Amino acid sequence: MIAAATSNPVLDELREKIASLEGAGSRKRSVLPFGVRELDAQLPGGGLAYGALHEVAGGGNGAVDGAAAALFIGGIAARTTGKVVWCLTRFDLFFPALAQVGLHPDRVIFVECDKEETVLASFEEALRYGGLGAVVAELVRLPMTASRRLQLAAEKSGTLGLVIRRWRRQTEASDFGLPTAAATRWRISVLPSEPLPVPGIGRARWLAELMRVRAGEGGEFIIGACDGQGRISLSSDTADRPDQARRSFAVS
Amino acid sequence: MIDADPVADLATLERLTLWALSQYSPVVAMDPPDGIVMDTDGADHLQGGEELMLSGLVNRFRGRGLAAHAAIADTWGAAHALARTTDRETVIVGRGETAKAVNRLPLSSLRLPAETVAGLRTLGFATVADLAVTPRAPLTLRFGPEVGLRLDQMFGRIAEPIDPIRPAELVEVQLSFAEPIGAPETIEKYVSRLVRQLCLELEKRGLGVRRADLIVHRVDNTLQSLRAGTAKPVRDIAWLTKLFRDRIEKIEPGFGIEKLSLAAIIAEPLVDVQSASSLVEEQVTDVTPLIDVLGNRGGQRIFRVAPVASDVPERSVHRIAPTADEDGATWPMHWPRPTRLLTRPELIEVIALLPDHPPVSFTWRGKRRRVKRADGPERIFGEWWRRGSEWIAVRDYFVVEDDTGERFWIFRSGDGVDVETGSHKWFLHGVFA
Repeated sequence: MIAAATSNPVLDELREKIASLEGAGSRKRSVLPFGVRELDAQLPGGGLAYGALHEVAGGGNGAVDGAAAALFIGGIAARTTGKVVWCLTRFDLFFPALAQVGLHPDRVIFVECDKEETVLASFEEALRYGGLGAVVAELVRLPMTASRRLQLAAEKSGTLGLVIRRWRRQTEASDFGLPTAAATRWRISVLPSEPLPVPGIGRARWLAELMRVRAGEGGEFIIGACDGQGRISLSSDTADRPDQARRSFAVS
Repeated sequence: MIDADPVADLATLERLTLWALSQYSPVVAMDPPDGIVMDTDGADHLQGGEELMLSGLVNRFRGRGLAAHAAIADTWGAAHALARTTDRETVIVGRGETAKAVNRLPLSSLRLPAETVAGLRTLGFATVADLAVTPRAPLTLRFGPEVGLRLDQMFGRIAEPIDPIRPAELVEVQLSFAEPIGAPETIEKYVSRLVRQLCLELEKRGLGVRRADLIVHRVDNTLQSLRAGTAKPVRDIAWLTKLFRDRIEKIEPGFGIEKLSLAAIIAEPLVDVQSASSLVEEQVTDVTPLIDVLGNRGGQRIFRVAPVASDVPERSVHRIAPTADEDGATWPMHWPRPTRLLTRPELIEVIALLPDHPPVSFTWRGKRRRVKRADGPERIFGEWWRRGSEWIAVRDYFVVEDDTGERFWIFRSGDGVDVETGSHKWFLHGVFA
């Protein structure tokens, strides 16, 4: 576990040195916490870093429809302040769902592009602009070079860059294993909803896999879907889960 | 019967030309007595391509009760001739196909004086092709140099620059160079200098630019133009410079540029506003400059979405301009709504109890799913005031969750009892997160 770092002065000094080498030394990088202790502990700084790129994909069928990934990102964007720019190639979002996680339609500007390349260019332009709450892009491919450019653009302006990876076919999703310059990489898969005492569907639950995080270790969490303010919560009820082993939060 | 009024005709033509200047292209000129000529190179993409631009143009004229013919060709001469001889409303000649398109046109389309045309007819010439293959020297000897000139202009052997029309109150700044310039950095430097001058001029008049044109005059007497539009009046130097700087690579300096001119084609009043300064309130950054930068690139549509008071899901969202007023309206939050909505509801096969039970299982895209949990129905009625066929139409929406936890939004067309209300087929309409 690195999250509970011991306060070793030598290590602190070294970290400072590395941070200044990375070029972010002059500006203190802030984070957007999830407000879930277990999740924030896995992320350096205690939350999603501003001025960085974050990748989210759906698991299973979600790799194609990207529904859970979009809502997860919608919840994150809802908790930021300022305008949100959302770049995509095909507009099949149903905005009422995003409004239900607290993202107001007045805040979101959509950029519907003809080609993937245009999405990348618009995404980068919006990241460079600065002063936006978050910039979201729905992308099929994210090559290393492109992601590095985007990461640099985000670092420079301090904007939160969010990428929804979404493929045409489920088999193409293996692309998600390739390295990119993103600071974190998530996979959000749907799980059966929280059981209710009456027939019906309870709060949706997701399996959030933090597959990669720069300067940190990944983990798996069972979370309750975003509420009206875009907040997620750790799902306490696991009575419905056959595989209890998955509840290990920290992979030490 | 109305008497011809050439003066009024010319005045109207000028008005139309000025309108075309603000709408279509930076380089527009009158082609009296009855035409307008435009250089649309690099401007058509803003109207969705040449074809759409041309048909849109003709339709807009027709809407005002004017019959118009329009043609696009490589040269002024060819376009002029085609627009005046064709029966069709629009003609587009591809690049390099001018010769093929104009060969069979009559001599009268060559923009020659009437007596020259008559003289040529007497000699037995009927079409442009006849004239094009005849030796030049005897023709020039007999009719003067104009015949050869018009032919060369039509086939693009001689450049024929269009002298763009300029309204009287136009705000325009120019820079002439003693030595032609060509390097991108140099162009960039002078463009930013022009922008600064233009902004000063605009400030004097209390105007902001909505549409600006940069016209590049090359030493070989050809023009190139760049147009940039903004979503609201602008007088910000950095913002305007950025709009042009993005596209400086598109300028082809050729043998060199001798003059640059920058004009505010559409300018609107822009008054200084004092911004309220508050220490507590958080500043929300204005994104209009970003919208302009993205919008001037082409290849994308920028919009916001806004609610429509309709229960039918696909009608409840519509697109509005990104700079539209923010009225804070949103959708009612009573019922769960899917994150992704299919453009068209997809037919599914279900096993379900009628009238108001959710399905036990359903097959979508070849995969059978057992329904573990469900919520519903949420009944949505057709909007009879839109279409007669929706008079008693009903959709019953259910949220269903399958074994693996995937959640879908499905509906049955019809209320489950009365066949009049729908076909009782089931459809999948959206995917929940």
